[in-house]
Amino acid sequence: MSWVLENLDLIAARTGSHLLQALPPILVALALSLPLAKLANSQGWLRTGVTTTSGLLYAIPSLPLFVLLPGIIGTSVRSPLNIAIALSLYGLALMVPAASDAFRSVSRDVLSSATAQGYAPTARFFQVELPLAGPVLLAGVRVVAVSTISLVTVGGVLGVPSLGMLFVDGFRRGIIAEIAAGVVLTAVLAVLTDALLVLLGRALMPWTRQRSVRRP
Amino acid sequence: MTGNPFLQALAWLAEAAHWSGPSGIPMRTLEHLGYTALGVFVAALIAVPLGLLVGHTGVGKSVAIASAGAARALPTLGLVTLFALLLGIGLTAPLLAFVVLAVPSLLAGAYSAVESADPATVDAARAQGMTEWQILTKVEIPLGVPLIVGGFRGATVQVVATAMLAAYVGNGGLGRYIFLGLTSQDYPQMIAGSLLVIALALLLDLALLLLQRVTAPRGAKTA
Repeated sequence: MSWVLENLDLIAARTGSHLLQALPPILVALALSLPLAKLANSQGWLRTGVTTTSGLLYAIPSLPLFVLLPGIIGTSVRSPLNIAIALSLYGLALMVPAASDAFRSVSRDVLSSATAQGYAPTARFFQVELPLAGPVLLAGVRVVAVSTISLVTVGGVLGVPSLGMLFVDGFRRGIIAEIAAGVVLTAVLAVLTDALLVLLGRALMPWTRQRSVRRP
Repeated sequence: MTGNPFLQALAWLAEAAHWSGPSGIPMRTLEHLGYTALGVFVAALIAVPLGLLVGHTGVGKSVAIASAGAARALPTLGLVTLFALLLGIGLTAPLLAFVVLAVPSLLAGAYSAVESADPATVDAARAQGMTEWQILTKVEIPLGVPLIVGGFRGATVQVVATAMLAAYVGNGGLGRYIFLGLTSQDYPQMIAGSLLVIALALLLDLALLLLQRVTAPRGAKTA
C-alpha cells in the first residue's frame, strides 16, 4: 500500500497514457465498423465472410500481433501507433459483426416507410436507420471498450507506457502492490468507461430509457 | 541486421537446430498445448457443472452474466505477474490465471446452452414424466452442445494467448521465443515465435469451430 501512496504521480501518468492509447482504437473501430457492416450486409456471402474473418482475427493472441505488425507496416515495436493499429483491428473484429447485427435489427418496413415519406438515402441512414440500430451498436461498443482497455496492458511487455508497465516493473522488482494497483486500475477504468457509455446511450437514445429492449 | 525480417524469421524456422531438444519447436509447442489443455480442463471442471446448474435452475443468472463481463476487464498480464509474485515461479501461478480467465467463457457457454432450449420443448419433456436430471441430460444438454463447445472455444483462445505470457514469468511454451528475442533484440526470432503462436491459436480455433458444427443436433437450428 505504501508503494501506491509514494508513487501516485507515476500511477497517474500511466493511467493517462493508458487512456490515450485506448480511446483512439475504440473510436476508429466504431467509425470504420459502420460502413464495413453496411457493406457486409449488402451480400449474404460477404456477411458470412466478414463474420468468419472477424472471429479468426479475434483468435490471434495480442502479443504476437504487436510483434508482427511493425514488420508489415514499418513502425517500431515500441511505437504507440503500432499498439493503436493492433487494438483497432481487434476492435473491428468485435465491432463489425455487432454493427452488422445492429443494422439487421432495424425493421425493413420502417426503412421503407421512411423512404415513402421522402427521406433521401443519406438522411434516412442518419435520421432513421442509425438511431434505431443504436441500442445494439452501443452493446457492441461497450464490449470493444472494455476489451481494448484490458488489451492495452499487453504493450507493457514491449515497453510501451500504460498501466501494463506497472505489471512489468512490479514483477521485476517484486512489488505486489504495484501489480495489484495496475490490475485494479485497469478494471476500474474499464468499468467507469462502460458506465459512461451507458449514460451516453441514455442521453443520445432517450427512448430506450423507459423499457429495456426486448425481442420476442 | 539488414534484410526483410520475415525472410529472416522463415530462415530461423527452417534451421534444423531449432527443431530438436528441450527448447526446440516441437517441445515448446507441446508445452504450450499442455498448459492450454490443463488450464481449460481445470476451468471446465468448475465452470461447466456450475453453468448447467445456473442454466437449468435460473439461480445466479445475473452473477454468471456479470462474471463474464468482469473477466473481459481483467488484464491477463496483470493476473499472470501478480500470481507469479504471490505463488512463486512455477506452473501453479500461470495455471491459476488460466483458470480465472477461462471460467467465464465456459460458464457463459454452459449456461446459455441450457437456456437456449425452447421452453415448450422442456415443458413437453416434463409432461412426459422426465425427471429434472433427465431433462437436463437428455434434452437441454444435447440441444445446447454447440454452445457448450463455443464456450470451450472462447476459453481456449483466451488461454492460448495467456499461456504465452507464462514464459514471461519463467515457464516454457512458445512465448519463450518472443521473450528471448525481446531481451536479445532478435526481431526475426520474435517474429518466428509469433507466427508459431498465431498458427497454433488459429488451428485450435478452427478445430473447435468444426467441432461446434459437427456436434449440432440434426434438425435443431444451429446457434
